[in-house]
Amino acid sequence: MNLYGQIFYTFFKIGAFTIGGGYAMLPLIQKEIVEKKQWISANDFVDMIVLSQTLPGVLAVNIAIFSGYRMKKTMGSIVATLGAILPSFIIILLIASFFRRFQDNPYVIKAFRAIRPAVVALIAVPVFSTAKTVGIRMKTAIIPAAAAFLIWYWGVSPVYIVLSAALGGLAYGNIKRLKQ
Amino acid sequence: MIYWQLFVTYFKIGLFGFGGGYAMLSLIQHEVVESRQWVSNTEFTDIVAISQMTPGPIGINSATYIGYVATHNVWGSVVATVAVCLPSFILVLSIARVYRKFYSNPQLGYAFQVLRPVTVGLIAAAALLLMNKENFTDYKSLIIFGSSFALTKYAKIHPILMIVLAGISGLLLY
Repeated sequence: MNLYGQIFYTFFKIGAFTIGGGYAMLPLIQKEIVEKKQWISANDFVDMIVLSQTLPGVLAVNIAIFSGYRMKKTMGSIVATLGAILPSFIIILLIASFFRRFQDNPYVIKAFRAIRPAVVALIAVPVFSTAKTVGIRMKTAIIPAAAAFLIWYWGVSPVYIVLSAALGGLAYGNIKRLKQ
Repeated sequence: MIYWQLFVTYFKIGLFGFGGGYAMLSLIQHEVVESRQWVSNTEFTDIVAISQMTPGPIGINSATYIGYVATHNVWGSVVATVAVCLPSFILVLSIARVYRKFYSNPQLGYAFQVLRPVTVGLIAAAALLLMNKENFTDYKSLIIFGSSFALTKYAKIHPILMIVLAGISGLLLY
């Protein structure tokens, strides 16, 4: 298999076998491209993750673009991304075309009536784990609280929240630096 | 035109979606449920459930699903999925050569000083937005929410197992 084929196959495998998105993919990506294929050194991999998390967008896609680029420039990044997203694309397309036909099934209605509050709980749990990771304290809790309130209660677009957070951080950091 | 709207919406989601899948949810919900009304709140919640149980990130899964629902056509899925990846391509490829310089820049640290805690708020907003009358139909919903929260947070039950258990309890309770 040529290098493009290998890149595609490797990322297809990563895309097909990781359920739950970007963070769940990290260990498998590391195993495949750092340990098995040795396309990227362990140090570069860490840098790549940090940068992929810094940039906006889907984490798995950012990582695929980065690693593909390291191997075969722009063409490599396109091949890696296609490989990574194709499994979910096919599966979701099948579900989107079939699931809607089962939506009126009485058993599906019953099951999903209970699944929905459970899904909301699945989203609520990472609020607390992320708060811990980020190191939110009583003093800084006002920032996420205000962001959540503006989006939820006033319907402010998260786009404006993200933009003002970045600009606010830049202003605060630079004022502090200039004062010193 | 619907394809152009899909493209613009998912480009925006790809460009402003910070902090991973859960943090992107409030932006996706704002765009596809509130602004464009391509799906209802309940169907959006169902997409999140399906996304938890299938491979792939929620950003891609929702693009593929909503693209299809909005157009009844595979090309809608293609357009939305390509659009959500495009900002990543532009950004990653433009900094790939100078990335060390890029992330040792103190300005980036300043911006993330506030962006990082804000992602917690983005996730909280997604949870609050979906705590609505459509998803919480009766007192049983509250019990399911509470027990799912406790089981996931404290007993570390896997999300897939949690959804299966909730589905079974739905068949028994309703």
